[in-house]
Amino acid sequence: MRSALVIARRELAGYVSTPMGWIVAATILLLDGLLFYALALGPAAGPRLSAEVLSRFFWTTSGLVPIAAVTLSVRLLTEERQLDTLVLLSTAPVRDREIVLGKFLAALAFLALLTLLTVYMPLLVLVNGKISVGQVGVGYLGLLLLGGAVLAIGLFASCLTRHTLLAVALGAAITAGMFLLYPLGTVIDPPLGGVLRALSLHGEHFFGFQTGAMHLRDVVYYLSVIYFFLLVSTKVLEAKRWE
Amino acid sequence: MILANRLLKYFGGRRALAGVSLEIDRGEAVGVLGLNGVGKTTLLRILATDLRPTGGTLLVDGVDAVRDPLSVRRRIGFLPQVPPLYPEMVVLDYLRFAGRLHGLERRALERRIEEVADLIHIRGVLGELVRHLSHGYRQRVGLAQAILHDPMLVILDEPTHGLDPAQVVEMRGLVRRLKERHTVVISSHNLPEISETCDRLLVLDAGEVIAMGSEAELSGRLLGAMRIEVAVRASRAGAEAATGAAADVVACLQAVGGVSAVVPAPGPAGELAFALEADGDRRAEVCRALVDAGWAVLRLDRGRHELENVFLELVGAGAAGSGPGPARGAEEPPAAIDGRVA
Repeated sequence: MRSALVIARRELAGYVSTPMGWIVAATILLLDGLLFYALALGPAAGPRLSAEVLSRFFWTTSGLVPIAAVTLSVRLLTEERQLDTLVLLSTAPVRDREIVLGKFLAALAFLALLTLLTVYMPLLVLVNGKISVGQVGVGYLGLLLLGGAVLAIGLFASCLTRHTLLAVALGAAITAGMFLLYPLGTVIDPPLGGVLRALSLHGEHFFGFQTGAMHLRDVVYYLSVIYFFLLVSTKVLEAKRWE
Repeated sequence: MILANRLLKYFGGRRALAGVSLEIDRGEAVGVLGLNGVGKTTLLRILATDLRPTGGTLLVDGVDAVRDPLSVRRRIGFLPQVPPLYPEMVVLDYLRFAGRLHGLERRALERRIEEVADLIHIRGVLGELVRHLSHGYRQRVGLAQAILHDPMLVILDEPTHGLDPAQVVEMRGLVRRLKERHTVVISSHNLPEISETCDRLLVLDAGEVIAMGSEAELSGRLLGAMRIEVAVRASRAGAEAATGAAADVVACLQAVGGVSAVVPAPGPAGELAFALEADGDRRAEVCRALVDAGWAVLRLDRGRHELENVFLELVGAGAAGSGPGPARGAEEPPAAIDGRVA
């Protein structure tokens, strides 16, 4: 675990010291602000209850967080391969799972920082009405869990190739595929439709968070997705040693 | 220190190592020599536990490298051909990161960075961004990370790759200093580098060890003779002409026991140079005979191209014995050997 934190610290410094992390953060915050204004606050949105505005905010942000997560995570191992620096980690007394965990924690920390920077939007709602701290807290927890799941997917994609664009395409395809399971599940007869909806990354599992209702099954689902993709990422790294 | 038994490595269907067995003692410096693509880097990556062998066993300091790679990694430092450096990091931060990966505590780490910075001569660039370093300094910082945790075994994959001649000389000096406290395994196709820094040579061809031993052992075994180069001042008291002097020197050298052939060699004006073949190390006898005959000995050494000859003999035999398929000896002629033996 200590090695994972050492790796996470260096990786986090990498996000902060290079323009890439800030460009992603600025882009996502700009888009989120515009969408918040257009869909939740602006004249077109009409009068709404604060809870509805918050729900709309978390819904729009939950569309942007996965984009940020894919962008932040796909470089995690592809860049190491491109720079030939992975060998530094792979010949140090560090387990492959610590490499994966360290990378994931750094990306999660940066994503959390980015996501928390959107907190001014719920505070704007507070200026004009009442908000439930519980709904805000649960909403942000949902965003973090969703973001963590997509980060794990992106990290897995970055394990598979040394080409960043290919990793972006892979990560985005897996994420989009898991998002689309929900609408697909709604048009397919049960029980398969139900299974697809239950496996969907959004919709079924995020709806509760967005409305301030936290269900254990949703938390377990996102943690399971994170664990699964971190596990397969570790296995891919191990397999690369056998080639 | 290292005991490898029948190490085998396949990349898909391609065989990179074909049952390499070797034994390296503590404190030894061993050079892994071979043409491009014969498996040098694969062997080193397996020794460094970056790759796992498809078959065979590898013990480093008595620890099984396949079953317990983490313990082995604590004992080794590895500098790959391309130093693993993060361009956006400051050198000092990079070394701290490398040290922490090896579990060094803060105080020990700072002390060790000071020591290594002095040893490798990188103190002046500790505050620089890696991306601003010259190639030579990058190589040194890479070497610094490899020895920061004071490993028993240092593995260097072509450490002089891409360096200019002055940097090559400096890097060789650094490697020689490493020998004082580490076991060193160094791969190269740069023959002088291996010759000047290593106690023993391991010659690889087509993923197999085709020879192992000191340069003298290999040359004695393969070439059947030791080559000696000697130069004397062209004139001695009472000598009449250079041609007569050369004949005198040849006669003097042929009279030395064990010397089988004496061939004049080109040399600067005022100097008479010869290449000898002897049945062993006859340098002392040759020197004594020349001095007794009144010649001023200016130079007396083992043949400078001896290692090249050994190497060519070995890979030539390997290529001849490899049967059909790409014959490396023909495909990559001696020009690949440091570009000097064309």
